[in-house]
Amino acid sequence: MKLRILRIVLALVTFTILTFFFLDFAGLFPQQYFTLAAIQFVPALLAGSFVIVGVLVALTLVFGRVYCSMICPLGIYMDVVTWIRKRFKPRMKQTYSKEKRWLRLSVLAAVLVSYFAGVTVVVSLLDPYSAFGRMVTHLFRPVYMAGNNVLADIFSQFGIYTFYHTDIFLHSLVSLLIALATLAVVSFLAARHGRTWCNTLCPVGTVLGYLSTLSLFKIRIDESTCISCGKCAKTCKASCIDSKHSTIDTSRCVACFDCIDSCSEHSITYGLKRKKLASQNDVPVDESKRQFMGALAVSALAVPSTLLAQTISIPTGRVPFKRSYPISPPGSISADHLLDHCTSCHLCVAKCPCQVLKPALLEYGVGGLMMPVMNFDHGFCNFDCTLCTDVCPTDALKPLTVQAKHKTQMGRVVFIMHNCVVFTDETSCGACSEHCPTQAVKMVPYKGMLTIPSVNPDICVGCGGCEYVCPAVPFKAIHVEGNPVQLEAQAFKDEEKKEVQLDGFGF
Amino acid sequence: MKRRDFLRAAALTGLASTIKLSGGMDILAQKVPQKTGGSYDLVAVMGGDPVTMFRRAIAELGGMGAFVKKGQKVVVKPNIGWDKVPALAANTNPDLVAEIVKQCLKAGAKEVVVFDHTCDDWQKCYTNSGIQQAAKAAGAKIMPAHEEAYYREVSIPKGVKLKTAKVHQAILDSDVWINVPILKNHGGPKMTIAMKNHMGIVWDRGYFHRNDLQQCIADICSLDKRPALNVVDAYRVMKTNGPRGRTDADVVLAKAMFVSSDIVAVDTAATKFFNQIESMPLDSVTHLAKGQALKLGTMDIDKLNVKRISL
Repeated sequence: MKLRILRIVLALVTFTILTFFFLDFAGLFPQQYFTLAAIQFVPALLAGSFVIVGVLVALTLVFGRVYCSMICPLGIYMDVVTWIRKRFKPRMKQTYSKEKRWLRLSVLAAVLVSYFAGVTVVVSLLDPYSAFGRMVTHLFRPVYMAGNNVLADIFSQFGIYTFYHTDIFLHSLVSLLIALATLAVVSFLAARHGRTWCNTLCPVGTVLGYLSTLSLFKIRIDESTCISCGKCAKTCKASCIDSKHSTIDTSRCVACFDCIDSCSEHSITYGLKRKKLASQNDVPVDESKRQFMGALAVSALAVPSTLLAQTISIPTGRVPFKRSYPISPPGSISADHLLDHCTSCHLCVAKCPCQVLKPALLEYGVGGLMMPVMNFDHGFCNFDCTLCTDVCPTDALKPLTVQAKHKTQMGRVVFIMHNCVVFTDETSCGACSEHCPTQAVKMVPYKGMLTIPSVNPDICVGCGGCEYVCPAVPFKAIHVEGNPVQLEAQAFKDEEKKEVQLDGFGF
Repeated sequence: MKRRDFLRAAALTGLASTIKLSGGMDILAQKVPQKTGGSYDLVAVMGGDPVTMFRRAIAELGGMGAFVKKGQKVVVKPNIGWDKVPALAANTNPDLVAEIVKQCLKAGAKEVVVFDHTCDDWQKCYTNSGIQQAAKAAGAKIMPAHEEAYYREVSIPKGVKLKTAKVHQAILDSDVWINVPILKNHGGPKMTIAMKNHMGIVWDRGYFHRNDLQQCIADICSLDKRPALNVVDAYRVMKTNGPRGRTDADVVLAKAMFVSSDIVAVDTAATKFFNQIESMPLDSVTHLAKGQALKLGTMDIDKLNVKRISL
């Protein structure tokens, strides 16, 4: 009983903190809480954090799939759904089902093959943490923000501005639909069949599942006292207890400890192997290992494909422009690096205070679907902000210091004079230049007293301030062209420092 | 908030909701900027810190009581446009803002609201400018201005290009507002001072930029609700790469301040002062002449009663 309660408490702590970290647009939680994202299996693997992966593997080899029940937010979410279903339909019971080994292994193989073929989107779709991240970002977060806005409206009636209005907008229709579909499938499966997702489609579940067959601590049935009443099988959300034969398929057991309490004969224990329980019947290890290794071999053979160089054209005005390369976020090094590491959990999208990150459609090719791309519809990248690089759990966005960010050139400015209001209307503007942190866009003398933008792409960082604010309609006069590989921006020359001695007011 | 305050507010709101609201009410409530309380049209101060200079200037104008009456709702509108620290002079000096807030409350103001429609992320601007903390400590309410929901459309009858604009509700609902810009150069309209600071009370700045920026700046200043006082912070002046600036090489420690109810005059004075640091002919700052044409004030400051103070 104590084990089960410990599991529930730890799971709820992880789940609540991680979920709120995604929801938290106001920055109430310290940034360090992103650690809960960084210790997730796939992000840690893609980040090359071998220490974290090693600890998770060791944890599984000792305690079984505790990762699945206490660390994985999607798994915990499913447990919550199952728990709620039990309140409403207590009669609906789980039953033992046979392992769908070929499905598990084929999905895992497909994930590996597609990843090495550069189609990262398959990993992104099935990685439980990232799937959960998208659900929170695109579905729960807008609800949370709407609730905040209602509070803001009520409180501002009384002159209290502790709550403030926040802009809710659609980041990406495709990501929203995918999040919605994930939510529907996961919730349905959890309500009906408990942890079916984890034991069929989840690649992490498959890897940790087969690892856990080797674990020291396991749920074990004492055959000598078992009366095969089947209570445990009905409780098991992983459907992995065959009560007739008093066996447990450890590869599917998520170490939730529910069965221990369900057994009236105290025949179920969690612990080390004992001589008395010699008849414990595990999944034939050899066979599954062979299949697992087979899957690995197939994936290793897959040849990494070259990146699909997708060119997107953006319709613009008097002189339309084409962005040949997408602008990848700060710290992403290149689109290729992003494709190798990003699982589209959308933590950066949720956290960006300037709302400049958007899930990609086909900007990076099909394989990069949903990966973050810079978009200047709602804002531009704050010069001194490194938040996205700080919270990225997969190292797709490498952490940048503010100084390093100042020199990171994500893209280069392009000015199209024929669209500029100074040229078309011969009136003052300067909006682009005033937003430019490096003066890569500078106003220079034009006709009469007018000034017109002049650009120096070498000192441009590609923040998009100019593009965001350019008032020209229907087509902007200034935009940022993405760098396929991020470059170092040249340092700008400082102005001459002046010490002025003013004797009078000048009037 | 105490429960009692909450209930009182709820009761008052209920009561107030029985009064029929209409556009006409706004006109009735509007304050035409008074002639400056003292005998001067414009006060220029040099050589002190922002707080000392402001105290001298406001004393010459008859004290804050000449502008803010007991029980009034006041808005102090600084420039908080950029995610920059005070030393980089992109935003109004926080100590000055705090001092003005304090004096308004001392003069009996019911509440003092501080806000700006920022260019960079509003929370970063409010925090890193030092203004949020300083104004709060002085007793002001900090209001957001980053969402369209905070703005209401009003007509600008005298506007040439700008006929209507969405203006922040704090301004529209105030009895008095005080305009507190910082003196900076600007790549487009050349200077950003008191008139240009009005772009922080409107929602759609893009319209301004598309439709003759300089004219729109003058037009928005013809809004019925005009600032009772314009306090130009020229303690640190951004001479180049304004209005954002890059490094402190763009900043000059000029230690000056200009205060007047005449917005064109105060901007003219500040531009002439700026011209001593970097060349800035008055006729290049065309919104000044356009403002004068709309009878918002005068560029002919020689004809005004100007008090010059050197500390």
